[in-house]
Amino acid sequence: MHVTSLHVNGAARQCDAAPDRSLLSVLRDDLGLTGAKYGCGEGQCGACIVLVDGVPVRSCLTPCGSVGPQQITTIEGLERDGRLHPLQEALLEVDAFQCAFCASGMILNGVALLAKNPRPGDDDIVRFMDGNICRCCTYPRIHAAIKRAAARLAAPGGVR
Amino acid sequence: MKTMRASDGTGLVDAGRRQSPHRAATAFAGGLTRRRFLRTFAGGLAVLWLVDRGKLRAQAESGRGGRRGGGGRPRELAAWLHIAADGAVTVYSGKVEMGQNVRTMLTQAVAEELPTAFGSIKMVLGDTSLVPFDGGTAGSRSTPDMVPQIRRAAATAREALLDLAARQWRVERAALSAADGRISHAASQRSAGYGELTKGEKLVVEIADSVALKPATAWRVMGTSVPKVDGRSKVTGRHLYASDLTRPGCLHARVLRPPSYGASLVSLDASAAEALPGVVVARDVELVAALAPTEQLAAQAVAALRAEWTIDSQAPGRGGERDLFTHLRQTARNAPPPPPPPAPGELRQTYTVAYIAHTPLEPRAALAEWKDGRMTVWTGTQRPFGARSDVAAALKIPEDRVRVIVPDTGSGYGGKHIADAAVEAARLAKAAGRTVKLVWTREEEFTWAYFRPAGVIDIASTVGPDGRLTRWEHRNYNSGNAAIRALYDVADRTEVYHPAQSPLRQGSYRSLAGVANHFARETHIDEQAHAQKLDPLEFRLRNLKDPRARAVLEAAAQRFGWGTPAARTTGQGVGLAVGFDKAGYVATCIEIAVDRSSGRLRVVRVVEAFECGAIVNPNHLRNQIEGCIVQGLGGALFEAIRFDQGRILNPRLSQYRVPRFSDTPAIDIVLLDRKDLPSAGGGEAPNECVAPALGNAIFAATGVRLRSLPLAPNGLRVA
Repeated sequence: MHVTSLHVNGAARQCDAAPDRSLLSVLRDDLGLTGAKYGCGEGQCGACIVLVDGVPVRSCLTPCGSVGPQQITTIEGLERDGRLHPLQEALLEVDAFQCAFCASGMILNGVALLAKNPRPGDDDIVRFMDGNICRCCTYPRIHAAIKRAAARLAAPGGVR
Repeated sequence: MKTMRASDGTGLVDAGRRQSPHRAATAFAGGLTRRRFLRTFAGGLAVLWLVDRGKLRAQAESGRGGRRGGGGRPRELAAWLHIAADGAVTVYSGKVEMGQNVRTMLTQAVAEELPTAFGSIKMVLGDTSLVPFDGGTAGSRSTPDMVPQIRRAAATAREALLDLAARQWRVERAALSAADGRISHAASQRSAGYGELTKGEKLVVEIADSVALKPATAWRVMGTSVPKVDGRSKVTGRHLYASDLTRPGCLHARVLRPPSYGASLVSLDASAAEALPGVVVARDVELVAALAPTEQLAAQAVAALRAEWTIDSQAPGRGGERDLFTHLRQTARNAPPPPPPPAPGELRQTYTVAYIAHTPLEPRAALAEWKDGRMTVWTGTQRPFGARSDVAAALKIPEDRVRVIVPDTGSGYGGKHIADAAVEAARLAKAAGRTVKLVWTREEEFTWAYFRPAGVIDIASTVGPDGRLTRWEHRNYNSGNAAIRALYDVADRTEVYHPAQSPLRQGSYRSLAGVANHFARETHIDEQAHAQKLDPLEFRLRNLKDPRARAVLEAAAQRFGWGTPAARTTGQGVGLAVGFDKAGYVATCIEIAVDRSSGRLRVVRVVEAFECGAIVNPNHLRNQIEGCIVQGLGGALFEAIRFDQGRILNPRLSQYRVPRFSDTPAIDIVLLDRKDLPSAGGGEAPNECVAPALGNAIFAATGVRLRSLPLAPNGLRVA
């Protein structure tokens, strides 16, 4: 029995997980948070990205015991009071995704980009998002949605 | 139209063609049969679509890549629509959603003919116990086949409801209207919801082939950019894919894979693995897996299995890729003898394409539950009924004891025709008597699925002094038949596919051999244009009569600025290609830039014109085309499966490069909406001209003619 304590989406969670198990598997299999996906297991595709204290990490390569008291945000925790994050809204507006298996990692990485750089240029977006694979190749739309969300966040009253 | 009451459940519909009990029990079509359907549905109105069983059989066989004749007169349920007492409309279809937005498109089809809020329409897809038999979601057939049938079902329902209201209210039928989920009579201000009119009875009608469908010019819902109906669940992580599902007591499986192709298990010592707490080693003949409460433990347990293998050195794939193309030519069926020396004016060239992997972001996954002699499998597959057959055969149980449920899947691109993970999970679940979840690792996905076939294509052509093709010979070794026929106007033509022995397992891939055949053909045409000293656009138009092909070519060229200084923005080379497949016409123009010091090639912009008849959802069609272009750039530029001695050498995303944000060019799409023509699918043909247009642009930029895909896996070597 290994008690691992995690802080996920604002709540303290405990589970019986060996500290070297991947954060991805603990989130998905022990905590039922299946938004983060397994895509490659080697940090190449970004489908497993979650935010740890606001920083995007690849949960497939992150031992769950290494997270400690840091705050984990998964896609399930992104809505606030039933309102989507402006990036989620923008992605719906441009109808970006096809199969959407990449969506969780894409969105969380995009949220991290916008938090760090609220007015990203085209090159900033490509550089920051290049570790996230969408095999349906909807990149142009995800790119456009990030710009749209940035504009909305920059507008008066747009602070989230 | 006849409305029949089916409250006695005896199958009044199509009563003249009822099958004998024996035939019904062995019904090929399976799925929800007409008989079972009539027994199970509660009140409301049901519309059934019945088709010749022979058609279903042919459809199923073609999904497997083979075809058998036959099929009899009996008819079987192929789709159905139900209106419940509360007005909820449910459509049952064996198609599956993989991101191509079929769910939204079919919802539009219903709402077009049976006006009601999108929120009142539900699609039940890909559950073999709930939906009628379907041959599979492939070949861009959902748009031309399923959409008209769903529309006919919805229109039949609308007409039946109008009949009912006219009778119940004793009013002129012509004075009634259907809108927003209600039938209304303006003069008397009477109105009733669709479901209310059925008054709790079971009403069954068969789709009337004669029912009039709205022409595309009168569409109000189809033809518009309706957003993805389940979009919100996809951006909030709520949508559950097969790999997200679990069941009480479920164990994670990790399969013991052979070290290479051609390896067979000789002996197995599982003691160390079985000593790990909570681990079960399950075995069904050659299939061995560790089952454990966590994936991590299952992986550790498999690593602890001591297995001995014997290698068959003659097995396919052992020889490696070195002589691949020679091998394909040598093993080809009906290959012609080597040709005589080229005649004057004849151009002969050989083109090759590599094996590539679909790499769906969701790997193959299945959850299998064995209970009371019945198997239920949740899995991502393009062929739920094929999966059911495969599982039943593997377990040696009748098909009616197997239920396959396909949640909307993390893409397929033609790669999920098989149901290997489902079959493995089912075998392990039955062998161990446990509920089993199996998610293939990315490495398994790259190694044990199947590939887009490699191929060799020989093309020989002759052009007359007027710049017109006089002879055309196109021979495809191994890669396939799709889109092998040239649109060009040439009387003396030979276009043949020669199946060969593939060293690697191969199968369907988005557009099948369409990419290979277009790559070879449109590269060759470009070579001929240069040989004739004609502009590539002018040479194509001179040999092209088909007005739809000319229309896309001219539209793309015009938008691109072909032949004008505007065609080159920042790059050095431009190329174009035109093609046709699966009732869709496509033309692609590409501008590239080459960094002469590093050899790095950048695709600057792509202009593509596409025409697939009347457009059902312009925004989703654009999305498909954009995806086709960017995904197509991967196969065109750098994707290739490498293998040697029965091993895949690059079975990881760190070793097999797929397109990313940084590979994405500016994309400009021209849609030609032909409201006078039937709608065709748009998820395949738009990827077929990317590779040749790119190769032609590279030639224009560098003078180097590349005839093998991928064109530039390591950049371009330019002097």
